[in-house]
Amino acid sequence: MSSRDAILGTLRRQLKRGPLQGPQRDALEARLQNPPRSLIPARSQLPQPEQVELFIRMATEASASLQKVADMEAVPAAVAAFILRQNLPDDIVLAPELKALPWSAQTRLRIEQRAARNGDKVTVTAAAAGIAETGTLLLLSGPDSPTTLNFLPDVHIVVLPASCIVGPYEDAWAVCRQREVMPRILNLITGPSRSADIEQTLQLGAHGPVQLHILLVES
Amino acid sequence: MQTTSPQFKSNAHQALADEALQRSLAKMRSGFSVKRAQAAARMPEFEALRDQGRDLKNHILENLDFYLEQFEANVIKHGGQVHWARDAAEARQIVLDICRTVDAKSVTKGKSMISEEIGLNDFLEAEGIEPMETDLGEYIIQLRHEHPSHIIAPAIHLNKDQVADAFHAAHAQYGYTRRLSEPRELMNEARQVLRDKFLRADVGITGANFCIAETGSTVIVTNEGNGDLTQTLPKVHIALTSIEKVVPTLEDASLFLRLLARSATGQEFSVYTTFSTGPRRPDDLDGPEQFHVVLLDNGRSSMLGTELQDMLRCIRCSACMNHCPVYGAVGGHAYGWVYPGPMGAVLTPQFIGVNQAGHLPNASTFCGRCESVCPVRIPLPKLMRHWREREFERHLMPKGFRFGLKSWAFFARRQRLYHPMARWSAKLLKRLGGKSGRIKNLPLAKGWTAWRDMPAPQGKTFQQLWAEQQRPSA
Repeated sequence: MSSRDAILGTLRRQLKRGPLQGPQRDALEARLQNPPRSLIPARSQLPQPEQVELFIRMATEASASLQKVADMEAVPAAVAAFILRQNLPDDIVLAPELKALPWSAQTRLRIEQRAARNGDKVTVTAAAAGIAETGTLLLLSGPDSPTTLNFLPDVHIVVLPASCIVGPYEDAWAVCRQREVMPRILNLITGPSRSADIEQTLQLGAHGPVQLHILLVES
Repeated sequence: MQTTSPQFKSNAHQALADEALQRSLAKMRSGFSVKRAQAAARMPEFEALRDQGRDLKNHILENLDFYLEQFEANVIKHGGQVHWARDAAEARQIVLDICRTVDAKSVTKGKSMISEEIGLNDFLEAEGIEPMETDLGEYIIQLRHEHPSHIIAPAIHLNKDQVADAFHAAHAQYGYTRRLSEPRELMNEARQVLRDKFLRADVGITGANFCIAETGSTVIVTNEGNGDLTQTLPKVHIALTSIEKVVPTLEDASLFLRLLARSATGQEFSVYTTFSTGPRRPDDLDGPEQFHVVLLDNGRSSMLGTELQDMLRCIRCSACMNHCPVYGAVGGHAYGWVYPGPMGAVLTPQFIGVNQAGHLPNASTFCGRCESVCPVRIPLPKLMRHWREREFERHLMPKGFRFGLKSWAFFARRQRLYHPMARWSAKLLKRLGGKSGRIKNLPLAKGWTAWRDMPAPQGKTFQQLWAEQQRPSA
């Protein structure tokens, strides 16, 4: 007997029944088709403008930095200004999904579009949603949004349209379900990397980015 | 993993005498519990979420076979593979066989307690494959050839000087020869050294906090980002997990994610929560070419439908050990196997036998703090009592201890004998206490009086006082 059959057999023996059939099975399948929500905290059930405020508060509390940008067209200039302000190198790696923005006006920046490599200092990617409840970003992988951009650089800049901010995690799953297939990687990111493994002293920048900078696009 | 659980008593004595360990534990006792309390207080729905977490886990366990099959089908649908392992040896062999398919020389590892449970590192090393832990705490203890002393903070028993010594000895080969002293510098050096390991590894092995039946995704929760680098950079990703970690849907995972970080570190949410579904897709620019899930049983299936079923709700947050006075006094290594604290005192007898681990469920004052903070309301004291009963039934305790328990039970069941004896003892002990009210030396209780005075009873039994208070006042 295969291990699979042995384990499933033991489970059923202990549950004192065979494989589920009939109405019981139908009920479970229906539950998977229409997932019920558990209790949603009152905190994240707010009108959208207040969700944006909550997102800013919670992301900042989690040590992300955040600046507002008027519209998507203004993102390249904001990235260039941030890099200058922070004294970062002019080389950035861009998620291809953001290539349509007016980058050519930023002549200082040297831009590559690819997955991340060791030694990349700054990457710029886009978030699919912001979750106000805990100031969490949702980033989805795809051909135009490689996952390594979220983890290898020292500084990770994320573009988040304010209109993409939702209250609870459950509303972000709805965004994922609009896609034809489940993205391969779904990253929930709340602030920059950290560890307290040495004497419980919290330090930022363990293995992932030391800094997470959010460009909140207002319209 | 070799167990030292049978030597719990001597382990505990050593731990209590270890000054460095005691300083580390003092820091832990004041850290986690305060932060958890603050996080719970900020979420007015927290207690209701705990109820829902308990109920949802019970629903999953009642239908575990169904959800596991759904999970398996959806992993396969997205191009991944599922491997079922009855025990530790089978799980190790599965991992090795996968490593062999790409002729792996080195594997990076995200933090996984299942890996500890099956003793994976020693096994891979013996097979000529270099396992490299990447969670900072796990990396530190790997350099020191130790095991985790805590399920989410594996190096919590160490101080920064001990970490500095370990790095100084191990990092010279990479050109880092200066002995560092600050946590900040130590972490940065580990970041540099491990970057290279991430990039060179042939296989990345992570755990999984949850498996989503609906999507066939495995979920990891980390603060460092090491798990993501581990699973994204090499050619192969293996997620090691166990059968009770399946949850039906993304919505259901949200409930447990609301409970997990708050119960564990007191964070509102961990930094990185990652859902992984299958291998790299045709146009992807990064990601592993192979995606494997190893589903370990190792005795869990036989807990279903028994008194121990409640333990299968555990989401491995560590709140029980963070709040346990026994763990706080002796630390995790004293427990002698993979899982310490109250959850370990319940799981270890199941995994390695009550004859080996019978001391662990006895190392409890039954104060109930573990149950009071458990996010899925596992009745840990009740489950520890279950093992005490099994131990007694199987005659595993020393004869003297058994005789004492039996004698007490004889009297406790016979009220006409018990009450006069209790009254008589209370009076006698009060006299022994004299004016100070403290007893310095008591036969049969030397284990207590050798270290501290015994406070003497006030001369009346609880039953007497109760009866007096029940009388209507004049």
